[in-house]
Amino acid sequence: MSDAPRKLVGLVLLLVALALPFVLTDFWLQTGLFVMATAIGAVGLTLLVGVAGQLSLGHAAFAAIGAYVYAFTTGESTTTVEGLGLPPLLGLVLAALVAAGVGAAFSPIAGRLRGIYLGLATLGLVFVVRHLLVNLDQWTGGFVGRSVEPFAVPGFSFSNRDPDYLAVAGVEFEGLHRLWYLFVLLAVVAIWLASNMRNGRTGRAWANVRDSETAAAAMGVGVAGAKRSAFVVSSAYAGVAGAMLALAYGRVAPDVFSLTASVDYLVMIVLGGLGSVAGAVVGAVFVTSLPLVLAQYSSALPFLAAPGSGGLDPSTASRIVYGLAIIAVLVFLRGGLAGGARRLRERLTGSTPVPPVDRPVAEEPSRSKETTR
Amino acid sequence: MSYFLEQVLNGLSYGLVLSLIAAGFAIVFTSTGVLNFAHGSVVLLGAYLVAVLHDTIGFWPAVLVGLVGAAVVGVAINALLVRNLADPNPGTAAILMLGVDIVLLTELTRRIGNQVLTLGAPWGASVVRLGDVTLPTGRVLAAAVTLVAFGALWYLFSRTDLGVGMRAAAADGPTASLMGIRLSRTAATGWALAGILAAVAGIFLTSFPAPGVAPTVALSAFAAIPAWVLGGFDSVPGAVVGGLLIGLTSALVTGYEADLEPFLGAGFGEVAPYVVMIVVLLVRPSGLLGSKEAVRV
Repeated sequence: MSDAPRKLVGLVLLLVALALPFVLTDFWLQTGLFVMATAIGAVGLTLLVGVAGQLSLGHAAFAAIGAYVYAFTTGESTTTVEGLGLPPLLGLVLAALVAAGVGAAFSPIAGRLRGIYLGLATLGLVFVVRHLLVNLDQWTGGFVGRSVEPFAVPGFSFSNRDPDYLAVAGVEFEGLHRLWYLFVLLAVVAIWLASNMRNGRTGRAWANVRDSETAAAAMGVGVAGAKRSAFVVSSAYAGVAGAMLALAYGRVAPDVFSLTASVDYLVMIVLGGLGSVAGAVVGAVFVTSLPLVLAQYSSALPFLAAPGSGGLDPSTASRIVYGLAIIAVLVFLRGGLAGGARRLRERLTGSTPVPPVDRPVAEEPSRSKETTR
Repeated sequence: MSYFLEQVLNGLSYGLVLSLIAAGFAIVFTSTGVLNFAHGSVVLLGAYLVAVLHDTIGFWPAVLVGLVGAAVVGVAINALLVRNLADPNPGTAAILMLGVDIVLLTELTRRIGNQVLTLGAPWGASVVRLGDVTLPTGRVLAAAVTLVAFGALWYLFSRTDLGVGMRAAAADGPTASLMGIRLSRTAATGWALAGILAAVAGIFLTSFPAPGVAPTVALSAFAAIPAWVLGGFDSVPGAVVGGLLIGLTSALVTGYEADLEPFLGAGFGEVAPYVVMIVVLLVRPSGLLGSKEAVRV
């Protein structure tokens, strides 16, 4: 697909996203907020895993850092938890910066390891961050977490108050509606930045490092620096995603950012197709909304039982569905949904386009190629 | 002093069980290049089979079914899924295993529910006394069985054609294949071995002093990942060293938690293995006994 139709599709989707709050119920608005937050996290991860080829299982740890930095910097001090009471916009920027900073601090490890080795090291990060969240309870609120100040700019709050009543075209705009537009703005900026980075000089350097570190170095790409920048950018995305999740929940707690959450991000980008920004968004829509929608409509679906009754409850069903979905995509659909869509387009138009950046090269089935004896 | 000794012995025996799991990771990785994230649920599967079957067919036959079941699941995962990957490389294989783990673990969790199944092990909750040190019989037995298992593995890898073939395939697959070694067979053997080791570990992880078979067992198998990484990704002896190190660390940190809590916070025992892993990776990226990475830039 050439550039113009792609832009047209993006524009139509954007218009639909802008119009949706006028028709959706609160449940679907809330689901949409979670989807947009996790989509930004997934886009960041696809840059790291899909484009730069560095497996990370620690994405939820960086999201947690973003969420808690936002909660801590914008929250007011109470008897149980401290807070700095800074303006929310500053809190959001700090969330991204601190997450990126921790990513940079971790990069001596990221620069030395690659692929699954890095994935294992980042696995440790999830447990360490969780431990800190539970134990630094004067800042984080410990196990139960802490509540999060709503986002606000001077004179306008993205909550149900201040202004107390706001209506556009006869639809009352409550906190959910207002947050929706904030999230759409953040998502558009994040996706636009990610696509440009992927297709530009930085992304090509990352893809080069993914395909062959030796070749990349020979072409003048600083391998350790490229890995570090991929790690830092993806951490910043995770930080923003975490802060958005905190805003959407209105609360932060350690359990939101468990290892399962890290795996969920990986599932999103694999289903969508590694390295594809649009694929990451589609994956996020699927993985985030499936359990929520199944839970909401469980009474209407005959094969689902109420939670705790021993039958197939909604969260179990959705986990099995997307576990099977990963297996099916990896075994049958080369390049995930994005790869499948591209092949479909090629078949329909009969064109043979240039090999895109986001298709990882096929390697030999690795029989311990990474090491020699 | 006897408290310290007890912690050390407990840590060592727990570490040996971890090293069984870690060795499974290492064997699967060297024979097929797969980072087996579903290993934890295979550990749980082995223990689950024993727990459901021991009432009807007796404990020892149930153990046999557990070991065979875990091995068969491992071989099937490799034959049906890993070998059919649309885009075979270590990254997608690792993510595939995450998918397998989600399906297996969710189904087992659903079957177990909120109950804690008992294993019906004949050694029950008995303890062994050595002077003024008390150890659960299960732990002592675990240490003995693990040592026997590693002896058997050593014999397999150094004295039998099959084991030497597996090492050759791990060192250089295509060349080994040209020498007449059937890679599909060495790969299947690797997965079967890993499954058996996982089931053995599962039985000891769920018998006394552990309460019984619960889904959290799959998570404690995750603690074997630091053990494996510490030892080196492709080294079975490394897995033993790593397992002992992690076992000792977590036993001592947990045993002296009251003294350490002011600096390290509550529940540091669960995190300590990962902290040790990150530190070791910083100093030696290929682990303590692993082979060095070939490509350097």
